[in-house]
Amino acid sequence: MRAKFVLTEAATGLWRNVTMTIALILTTAISLALLGAGGLLYTQVNKTKDLLYAQVEVTVFLETTVTPEQKDAIQSKLESDSEIKSVTYESKQEAYERFKELFAESPDLVENTKPESLPESFRLKLEDPSQADNIDAKYKNVAGVDIVSTQQELVGRLFDAIDAVKNLSLVVSLVSGAAAILLIGNTIQVAAYSRRREVSIMKLVGASNWYVRLPFVLEAAVAGLIGAVLASIGLAIAKVIVIDDALKALGQNSVVPSIGWSEIAVTAPILALVAVLTAGVTGWTTLRFYVKV
Amino acid sequence: MWLDSAPVITLDRVTKTYPKSRRPALDDVNVNVEKGEFVFFIGPSGSGKSTFIRLLLKEETPTTGKVLVAGRDVATIRPWKVPQLRRSVGCVFQDFRLLPNKTAAENVAFALEVIGKTRSVIRRVVPEVLSLVGLEGKENRYPHELSGGEQQRVAVARAFVNRPLVLLADEPTGNLDPDTSIEIMRLLDRINRTGTTVVMATHDSNIVNQMRRRVVELDRGRVIRDQARGVYG
Repeated sequence: MRAKFVLTEAATGLWRNVTMTIALILTTAISLALLGAGGLLYTQVNKTKDLLYAQVEVTVFLETTVTPEQKDAIQSKLESDSEIKSVTYESKQEAYERFKELFAESPDLVENTKPESLPESFRLKLEDPSQADNIDAKYKNVAGVDIVSTQQELVGRLFDAIDAVKNLSLVVSLVSGAAAILLIGNTIQVAAYSRRREVSIMKLVGASNWYVRLPFVLEAAVAGLIGAVLASIGLAIAKVIVIDDALKALGQNSVVPSIGWSEIAVTAPILALVAVLTAGVTGWTTLRFYVKV
Repeated sequence: MWLDSAPVITLDRVTKTYPKSRRPALDDVNVNVEKGEFVFFIGPSGSGKSTFIRLLLKEETPTTGKVLVAGRDVATIRPWKVPQLRRSVGCVFQDFRLLPNKTAAENVAFALEVIGKTRSVIRRVVPEVLSLVGLEGKENRYPHELSGGEQQRVAVARAFVNRPLVLLADEPTGNLDPDTSIEIMRLLDRINRTGTTVVMATHDSNIVNQMRRRVVELDRGRVIRDQARGVYG
């Protein structure tokens, strides 16, 4: 096999249908970028889940009319509960400090709120954060307990939103991936058609299938590879411009971990591999139907 | 010396019917071509000459019957062995089939490149075969800079450069004037004298009558005459 011959043929082919090649590269790049984004989101969501769960706190708010006896009874019951890791009491004054901090940007609200009007509470860390509903069921009807806040709803809604984005990006990447595959097939057909004289002579003089098809398959694979490189660059730019900024806006100690360069570095070669394999296999399959021996 | 060796080409009760066609293109054809023979296949258009050539190249497969080339049954050759078959069969056509963007030498070299011959072999063999067909000094001309006869010489050089067992020629003089046709026939004759079997499909009666070689006449897919040292009739 003469490598130089095959490579020259592939390069000539790419250049000959340069508009088609560009379309192919762009479509591949877009679908790969979406696929990569979906993959990054997926790992991100899992990491966020772990972090969020570690921070989930169940709060048992007490009624304003709670008696000291009731308070003691609740506290000892909580402390002896095997599902609960730690119990912290929060007085009205402590609740007020936290409230002031939380609403520091609305001084009017802080002004008009008295420490007396905030409820006392027990803040709990659970052994298994996903069992927060159990605690809710166990304590909400105990005398002196007002409500049990589990944050479950908030966390659930956040995950629903992230899952929706993740699924959307996967669907979009699948659709554009299908478009890319069709485009690869089409580009190869055009390439084979524009070189039908060469192909017919190659077959006539007894060139092996590898020799006839490899330049076309290489063409597709190279276009796919360029697409993957563009997609990886796109992801890196998106990380810097979109994601890092968005996370900064969410705050320093946000629960959403940042996407690191290491994730991008892992994603890029996977995208390249997916691109080259898909392009190569699509190319070869197209030629099986299009360039018969 | 080739008396008891197998024929280069054998058609054994071969019938070929194309889909959507009622009449077979070849109808129960039996032909043997021995090594070193020069055979004309003659007959009007549609008599089955081209089908015959396509069968030998496995561009088509027979509906019934057996086609053997160099002792191998073409129908049972695995797809990946088809290139091997085609390397043992050189081909020349009426329309030359040269690559317009390659010079004469490059056209011949292309045929060697695509079957994986090394550059040193190509550098040695291409000038040799081009001088054999009488194109010395015109190696670097493009097809459009050559006459029809010269283009056909390039095609013959390309078909012959691998020293095939058989040289198939499908109406090789169809686009050439009578004088040029005779030059091409002299060339094919010279190649035949090197021991290469030549099978030529034609309806050029002048050439057949001048050459006085074996003639197989086809009519509507049937062999109606098979005559050593025949004429067009």
